[in-house]
Amino acid sequence: PPAHSRNDWIGPPDKHSNLRPVIFYVPPEESPLERRLREARQEAHACDQRFWARHNRAFSQEKEEFIYSRLKAKGLEMRDGTGQKATLNAEEMADFYKDFLSRNFRKHMQYNRDWYKRNFTITFLMGQVALVRALRWLRWKKKNV
Amino acid sequence: GLFVWHLKNTGVRQLPCCLARLCRGANDRLITFQYFSFLKRMYVTQYHNDLSQRAKPKSEAVVSPFRELQQLEQEKKVIHKISPISPVQQPLSETSSRKELREKTLTAESEELVTSVRAGSKDDRQWKEMKLRLDDLPGILARLSKIKLTALVVSTASAGFAMAPVPFDLTCFLLASLGTGLASCAANSINQFFEVPFDSNMNRTKNRPLVRGQISPLLAVCFAASCGVPGIALLTLGVNPLTGALGAFNIFLYTCCYTPMKRMSIANTWVGAVVGAIPPVMGWTAATGSLDAGALLLGGILYSWQFPHFNALSWGLREDYSRGGYCMMSVTHPELCRRVALRHCLALIGLSTAAPVLDITTWTFPVVSLPINLYISYLGFRFYRDADRSSSRKLFFCSLWHLPMLLLVMFTCKKSFLEKEDKGDLLSEGPGRAMEIRLP
Repeated sequence: PPAHSRNDWIGPPDKHSNLRPVIFYVPPEESPLERRLREARQEAHACDQRFWARHNRAFSQEKEEFIYSRLKAKGLEMRDGTGQKATLNAEEMADFYKDFLSRNFRKHMQYNRDWYKRNFTITFLMGQVALVRALRWLRWKKKNV
Repeated sequence: GLFVWHLKNTGVRQLPCCLARLCRGANDRLITFQYFSFLKRMYVTQYHNDLSQRAKPKSEAVVSPFRELQQLEQEKKVIHKISPISPVQQPLSETSSRKELREKTLTAESEELVTSVRAGSKDDRQWKEMKLRLDDLPGILARLSKIKLTALVVSTASAGFAMAPVPFDLTCFLLASLGTGLASCAANSINQFFEVPFDSNMNRTKNRPLVRGQISPLLAVCFAASCGVPGIALLTLGVNPLTGALGAFNIFLYTCCYTPMKRMSIANTWVGAVVGAIPPVMGWTAATGSLDAGALLLGGILYSWQFPHFNALSWGLREDYSRGGYCMMSVTHPELCRRVALRHCLALIGLSTAAPVLDITTWTFPVVSLPINLYISYLGFRFYRDADRSSSRKLFFCSLWHLPMLLLVMFTCKKSFLEKEDKGDLLSEGPGRAMEIRLP
């Protein structure tokens, strides 16, 4: 993002976590409240990034292992005669999906709780910052009139 | 019944054009027809989009733009396929000038779809400034409130209103529709607010405004509040308190029960079905002011319909649901998923038969609706037995036209609230009263 910009910038989705990174703009006259908000957002993004990158990597890895073991059981190779990667059809994959979901259930429950908490806190802080800014603007307007 | 069969044969999704019936005059017909064609057009593209995205595997950035363009070609073909069918609609309500206007809007919409998806894929590789642009705002808010889904919810509510055995009151109807629409916008916005990281990880939902940072969460919540509060107030004060209470309850059910439950237990599907069933009940209570058997029956029909619709859709999304941590029957209890879908298809037959018993429609209704109910049950049975992608897709697409068709037939078979002997007097009394449609 350009140096003169006074806004946050959001980027393309990350390859592993599918979440979009954000670069925050730090205004020179940042108040403590605004700093709290920015840090909360940064921390939240970092947490989410860590969780989803790890989770998605685990998913693809386990999926590969599952396909490999199933193909092995069927007596096939990972790549068939033409060099194409062999895949299982949706019905065979269904067992894997069910298993993966149940194995990660508790992890998801924990993440959900954290996510909801973080989301509410950040939105509430945003509300506070917006209110303070609005009051400040009104006071400035009154002074200049 | 001739035109009903005509519409069925086009295989195009039709909406309850009960609105067109009730409104007299060319202006009203223009409005309702435009509304109707807009919904029809976007419905096909939306669902085609959904399914095309599902078919795409998790691909690298290079491949995806091409894939998306390919999908667009398919969508364009679908859109153009619809326009030749339009001559069938001529008897309904339009003149040739309006047909031209509709085709122009059709091509305009398809262009917009092309550019928006192209822009979507380009955006994916660029850094964007997180600044709210006012001219983007309407589009962003439309996507935030899932405007298309809202439109469908409003149309089911209108169907509920139309089926109520009372004289048609236009003001009440408009207030109820507006209130329901606002409540639905609010609920959808909160749903998206709650689901940002999960939406980012699913192909179907990764282009939502909050995921893309086009709007801040604070603004999303404020928008939801500014839709929800006036919406419920409108329903409570402008229509009646019962409808307002149902609207508020539905928002609560959707945002605070269904949305978190999606990640906790498969029971979320049943809760979601109730959420879908409430709008027609709201339409009915808006008209009559009370919750009678007819309202519950209509709600029951929508409730049962949700299962084949959603279960068939979720069958193809199993990978995304599993990775995203969503507890859906199609992932954890696939046999139950298919069984429930079939069970509810059959329930639709039963409910349709109950309609004349409760004096809502004539006995023509179960007879005329039997073919479509049997067809969806047959597809439900195929889905139950085969459990594969093609049967789930067939069932899903069937559910898309089945519901509007069923509601339409129900409306045409609506029992007049007057005695048969007084029909002559009614005709001489002029507009402003509900008219019983006589089939040829």
